[in-house]
Amino acid sequence: MQAAHDAPLGEKPVFYVTDGHEHVHSGDSTALGFWVYLMSDCLIFAVLFATYGVLGRNFAAGPTPADLFDLPLVAINTAMLLFSSITYGFAMLAMEKGKQSSVLLWLGITGLFGAAFIGIELYEFSHLIHLGATPQRSAFLSSFFALVGTHGLHVTVGIIWLITLMVQVRRRGLGVESRRRLLCLSMFWHFLDVIWIGVFSFVYLMGVLQ
Amino acid sequence: MKSYVTGFVLSVILTAIPFWLVMGDVLSTPRATAMAVMVFGAIQIVVHMVYFLHMNTKAEGGWTMLALIFTVVFVVITLSGSLWVMYHLNANMMPMTPHDMRNMP
Repeated sequence: MQAAHDAPLGEKPVFYVTDGHEHVHSGDSTALGFWVYLMSDCLIFAVLFATYGVLGRNFAAGPTPADLFDLPLVAINTAMLLFSSITYGFAMLAMEKGKQSSVLLWLGITGLFGAAFIGIELYEFSHLIHLGATPQRSAFLSSFFALVGTHGLHVTVGIIWLITLMVQVRRRGLGVESRRRLLCLSMFWHFLDVIWIGVFSFVYLMGVLQ
Repeated sequence: MKSYVTGFVLSVILTAIPFWLVMGDVLSTPRATAMAVMVFGAIQIVVHMVYFLHMNTKAEGGWTMLALIFTVVFVVITLSGSLWVMYHLNANMMPMTPHDMRNMP
């Protein structure tokens, strides 16, 4: 936007560029607001990571990561989440083109990958508990379940949100609100994959190392 | 489209390598492996931010980037501070026998 001020007779008008920033839509700060929320969620995870960092070697003469972690399974789980990220990306591309059925298809596939991730994780947790590696067994396990469990809870909530949005898109179409909400969920979903990178690197891979 | 596919391919590579390094016992010391895992993880986080989250300095007038940088600073302080403090607290505490621990108030 530029403003030309009335110049006195004979002088050239003076132009001031009052706004050089790019706007999304005027007045719509939802995306930034949601991003700020994600940053606060990041801090929650930072604390859980710090707790695991401090307590992760306190085994209380109980089972260690090397005893418990099934790395091939973790690799499969990581793949599930990574695939779900790209399929959500495809959903967003379809949304930008206004292709409602395509959006629903890719969202559905994303949800399936997410459900696979949670299913595998629940299987892993139940196996650990069956072995006696419960959250109460040692500080390592308490912090492990707190961190990985919180991440899993986030993914679960994300899946519920995803199903809700699928219903909304189906009923109301790809209007402004639906698009805004899909954008927020997309940020949430990719953010959880970012956190998972930290989890599989710091907890699983480094846990198994001596 | 290209951004997502590129990000995906990079992520697969950046995931496969750390898993391989750990499971294959490839590097000489666990320390080196740990460092490599963290480095690849950090790079993959950046890849996700750029290719999936479309992180750039222009979005929202630069506020998303600023919020991210602010958060990263806090995260670094939280992680390094906790590890540093707790390590030293632990090192400076007298060791206790299990018997003593059980009789704590």
